[in-house]
Amino acid sequence: MIPITHAVALSGILFLLGVLGALTRRNLIAILMSIELMLNAVNLALVAFSRQWGNHSGQLFVLMVIVVAAAEVAVGLGIVLSLFRNRESVNVDDASLLKW
Amino acid sequence: MTLGLFYFFAFIAIAGALGMLLNTKNTVAGALSLVATMISLGAIYVLLDAYLIGVLQIMVYAGAILVLFLFVVMLLNLRNDDFGAVGKLKPVVATLAAIALGAGFLSLLPGEFGPPQEVAAGFGGYRAVGAELFTDYLLAFEVTSLLLLSAMIGAVILAKRKID
Repeated sequence: MIPITHAVALSGILFLLGVLGALTRRNLIAILMSIELMLNAVNLALVAFSRQWGNHSGQLFVLMVIVVAAAEVAVGLGIVLSLFRNRESVNVDDASLLKW
Repeated sequence: MTLGLFYFFAFIAIAGALGMLLNTKNTVAGALSLVATMISLGAIYVLLDAYLIGVLQIMVYAGAILVLFLFVVMLLNLRNDDFGAVGKLKPVVATLAAIALGAGFLSLLPGEFGPPQEVAAGFGGYRAVGAELFTDYLLAFEVTSLLLLSAMIGAVILAKRKID
């Protein structure tokens, strides 16, 4: 049996790698991939706690998170496409019109 | 046996995430190493008795979402890009933030959880999860259909060449 602390530790490590990626990468697609990684880390923690307490609710939350992630990727990649059309680049530093 | 498999897949998951994080030269290779992370996470879900979620993880994340990423990367012809971190301060600040977050996580870990509860034979299968999804969580399930519809419309409008 997998101890829950190990599963939560793995989830924490993956979340930290996602945070590092989202904060340091400049490529918009890489930032979106890091956000996917963070969502997956949260899913892992939910599944681990669902097994720990023998309760399905955590797994149903994971289903909802997967739906939201799919919607987020569809809209996010649409934004990437229109940004590339307007700026010829997917570097987030080229889209700083609203930055103070 | 289960624990050994868990460590194996955990190693692959972390290696894939590191590959995505550190590969600043080739976006396609980064997306493919993220596929390795997603598939090994699906295997870990199966080890945690979440069979339906494990299958959906591989189908939706590794099958659909990452293919969409690869599609956009190849459509925009971004095979070789070098958008690594810029400036000297930003990686330092990001690392400090990650260390603070990690210390917070680690301080939560030593809590007493005890052994996992015993579960019935069908735990995490499509029958048990589906029965709960279509009774207690029916409203949330119906709302996701609206969310997916609005996301679909939004994606089509955003990707249109010209907005009338």
